[in-house]
Amino acid sequence: MQVLDIKLFRDFRRLWVQVLAIAMVLACGVAIVLTSFGMYRALGETRQAYYERNRFADVFVAAKRAPQSLLPDLRRVAGVQAVEARITGYSILDVPGHAETVVGHILSLPETGEHVLNVPVLRRGAAPLPGARYDVMVNDAFALAHGLAPGDSFDANLNGTLRRLTITGTVLSPEFIYSIGPGQLMPDNAAYGIVWLPERTAEAAFDMTGAFNHLSVKLVPGARAEAVIDAMDDLLDDYGGLGAYGRDLHPSDSFVSAELNQLRGMALVLPPIFFGISAFLVSMVMGRIVTLERSEIGLLKAIGYSDTEVMLHYQLLAGLVALVGIAVGWIFGAWLAHGLAVQYAQFFDFPFLIYSVSPGAYAGAGLLALSTTALGAARSAWRAARLAPAVAMQPPAPPQFRRSLLDRMLEHVRVRQSTTMILRSLARWPLRSALTILGLSLAVSAVVAAFFINDALDEIIDRAFFQSNRQDAVLLFSDDLPDTALADVARLPGVLAAEGQQAHPAILRHGARWKRVAIEARAPGADLARIVGRDGRAVDAPPGGIVLSQRLAQHLNAGPGTAIEAEFLTGRRETHTITVTDTVEQYFGLGAYVDLGYLNTLFRQRPQIGSANVLVDPAALGALHARVRELPVLMGLAMLTDTRQSFQDTIRQNIVIMNTVYITIAVLITVGVAYNGARIQLSERARELASLRILGFTRTEVSYILVGETMLLALLAQPLGWLIGTWIATAMTNAFSSDLYTIPLVLRPHTFSLASLVVLGAAAVSVLIVRRRLDRLDLVTVMKTRE
Amino acid sequence: MPEIVFRTQGVTKVYDTGAVKVYALAGVDLELYAGELAVLLGPSGSGKSTLLNILGGLDRATDGQVWFRDRELTHLNDREMTRFRRDHVGFVFQFYNLVPSLTARENVGLVTDVAIDPMPPEEALRLVGLGARMDHFPAELSGGEQQRVAIARAIAKRPEILLCDEPTGALDSATGVQVLEVLRDINDRFGTTTVVITHNAEIRRMAHRVIQFQDGRISDVQVNETRLAPSEIAW
Repeated sequence: MQVLDIKLFRDFRRLWVQVLAIAMVLACGVAIVLTSFGMYRALGETRQAYYERNRFADVFVAAKRAPQSLLPDLRRVAGVQAVEARITGYSILDVPGHAETVVGHILSLPETGEHVLNVPVLRRGAAPLPGARYDVMVNDAFALAHGLAPGDSFDANLNGTLRRLTITGTVLSPEFIYSIGPGQLMPDNAAYGIVWLPERTAEAAFDMTGAFNHLSVKLVPGARAEAVIDAMDDLLDDYGGLGAYGRDLHPSDSFVSAELNQLRGMALVLPPIFFGISAFLVSMVMGRIVTLERSEIGLLKAIGYSDTEVMLHYQLLAGLVALVGIAVGWIFGAWLAHGLAVQYAQFFDFPFLIYSVSPGAYAGAGLLALSTTALGAARSAWRAARLAPAVAMQPPAPPQFRRSLLDRMLEHVRVRQSTTMILRSLARWPLRSALTILGLSLAVSAVVAAFFINDALDEIIDRAFFQSNRQDAVLLFSDDLPDTALADVARLPGVLAAEGQQAHPAILRHGARWKRVAIEARAPGADLARIVGRDGRAVDAPPGGIVLSQRLAQHLNAGPGTAIEAEFLTGRRETHTITVTDTVEQYFGLGAYVDLGYLNTLFRQRPQIGSANVLVDPAALGALHARVRELPVLMGLAMLTDTRQSFQDTIRQNIVIMNTVYITIAVLITVGVAYNGARIQLSERARELASLRILGFTRTEVSYILVGETMLLALLAQPLGWLIGTWIATAMTNAFSSDLYTIPLVLRPHTFSLASLVVLGAAAVSVLIVRRRLDRLDLVTVMKTRE
Repeated sequence: MPEIVFRTQGVTKVYDTGAVKVYALAGVDLELYAGELAVLLGPSGSGKSTLLNILGGLDRATDGQVWFRDRELTHLNDREMTRFRRDHVGFVFQFYNLVPSLTARENVGLVTDVAIDPMPPEEALRLVGLGARMDHFPAELSGGEQQRVAIARAIAKRPEILLCDEPTGALDSATGVQVLEVLRDINDRFGTTTVVITHNAEIRRMAHRVIQFQDGRISDVQVNETRLAPSEIAW
């Protein structure tokens, strides 16, 4: 090892606290790049591979009842490579040992056992033998949630007939990576299961002999989905087609896409902040080192080291900082990615491991960190390289202070000399002061951005579960029923109140903009499921009007007073012009609401309902579930009480993790900036401060200058931090919001005060650690030291 | 006629601070001979250090020419200057300029790592009488010892020229004499052309020649007929 390298390592060891402070910030950047980009790629590529291997369809369409004879026409549509017709439906399941009813999503299983598209992956057991009638496959997550294995049986209410079904195998399917049941807001594998039922049984159960009601379409590579969608809609128009849609609207796929978008958002917003701060810290510390080692640089040049060698020496020092940051970041990132993977495992069902971050992501994150520190050190290293040896050997000229606006202002205010020193120092190095403020304000903003989510989720839970959806359960009917059915519902055991509503798929259009939604029709004055307006009061859609969620209204570029077209995909499939009467903030899904009576008029039908919202006496829940299993007209019972609980539990758990991570990050940034800033100040001002001590200043008075400057900068950083925090929170609500859910921007004063407390506290601790060095300063030595 | 190592002709150095021009050197013509020990004497600001820096390739003249043997230094680029310093010149400074994070041996090693035909650091340290303190850090050495490490570092590359800027300036008399003895010994033993800057008039008595500076010019050059040994000098 060359002697210059020995110097490098010794300097590195001497600076370890500062090195660590920078390396930790850098590590955060590395970890987040690793996690976000790594998981983004892992999740995206796994989905891609899964879709390709298992021939996940590109276009989907449901219909009322279409004849098998239509299939050749459907196959001939330009751009279609393959189609698979199925019978789908819902059924209430009775699983042994489970008191509550389960919603079963039934899919017909081809008699040959050969899937053309959406090929399931067998996890356990085997496919039903050809000819078997009541042998089924179920999704693995459902089986696991109930402890079911091949050979076990459960009962299903198949259109009014109770049948015992025997599981032969459990599967995963590209259609159900994320599976969420009707009326559910969160996946609940115990309450919702997918059942692959032999085709002939399904035909009999749903009265579909020679017919189908669901079609999956695989496109020829390069074919335009829109054209195929239009052709499918035309062909299925006479058979009650509900409108074809592409993968982007497929429920499972769109949830995975929403997660991918979040990861991408995280990857684009956060790492630049950490790398920016790291580069600034490296530049600050390296700048100081080069200043302190001025004469050593001169000496190295005097004895014949070249400019390049000197520059490389300082770049290598920064490189060592990067190496520590990369190592910590890799470990931290691997841990974070693992945490994320555990979370994904809760929600997503993939047949193969996706949770490995590729070596490329590690290398990429490392390379980014190296370039960051190299960039941060570049100016100082270049300065060292350019320092003329003769100049370097002489002591540097004292920093130039000039009378400035600040001094003229100070003339009018009487401040202590020590305060003047603080203020002059800030004004003398405005860029450094500004960057320090920026760094600390980013720490503040990290806490604001993390804590706003708490309030946002409180708002979501309050709005969604306690203001809007106040029912305990939703009874979903297989078909719309006359509204007299509501009286029957009210007589079910344990039902305290019941309200009916309808939902119809429709395409809303305004000008060139359109959106496929489910229009909900509710009776005026409904109290269980309410539309809540901005002021917190219930809003009803008047006859002839429609209330839209703000997100939907924005998408359609519509507002109160705008007339929009509603093309209903059910009933007579008519298009009506309806006026938007109000827009409301809604956090789950895209909402569109009309008056129930008005809808019946539009459909020219007798009053009907498609589902019933009920309040249930908890004591009679068991009896209700038992009764519901026997009803032929029901396709499911969604328990909102369970959803409420599991949503809150899951969210709370994630929030605690997220807050911990962000506060740690904020503290690391603060310590990185404040500690290094104070250390550099101390090193620059050691003589000055020692002189003051010799002149008779107390330790407290002298440390006031050191602590005061850092804390003043920290204070100045607060408003900016709040501002940036607000901006990041806004960006996050935009990035995380999709048609599936919206996150409101809720910023309360306590979020800002908490952010300030965390950062000011961490800054105070950092600078007090440096203050201890000041207390130990050997006055005589310092005064003798030549600088 | 002794061989000429350095020759300068009309060397000037002007520091332009914008408002005023300061002439650190105002036309210096000088020749330095192989193997001689020359003392540059003069008050602060008379231009001694500036000339030394220009001779050693640390700085450039504003005007005039400098030759090292047949080679004109004035036209060398940065890279060639570095090469020149690395291959030919040893420096000793008033404040030693040791790297505090390196031991005595390693400080010398800084030079031997990059020199063409260096002596081992241990040998250089033994030459200055520090064979027993090689693994001490600068903070563990006295001022005289630190300066001797600096000299060891300068001579370890077997330089043709040794340029010393106030080598005893920070030392007391007894320690200063030890350092001067080392310089004299090196000069005698290896015939290294040695230039010593000082404003201590006593030191002139050990030199072959004494070159007096005043206001950026050479005001006088004396040849010592009889040189004193450093041990005979005191201040």
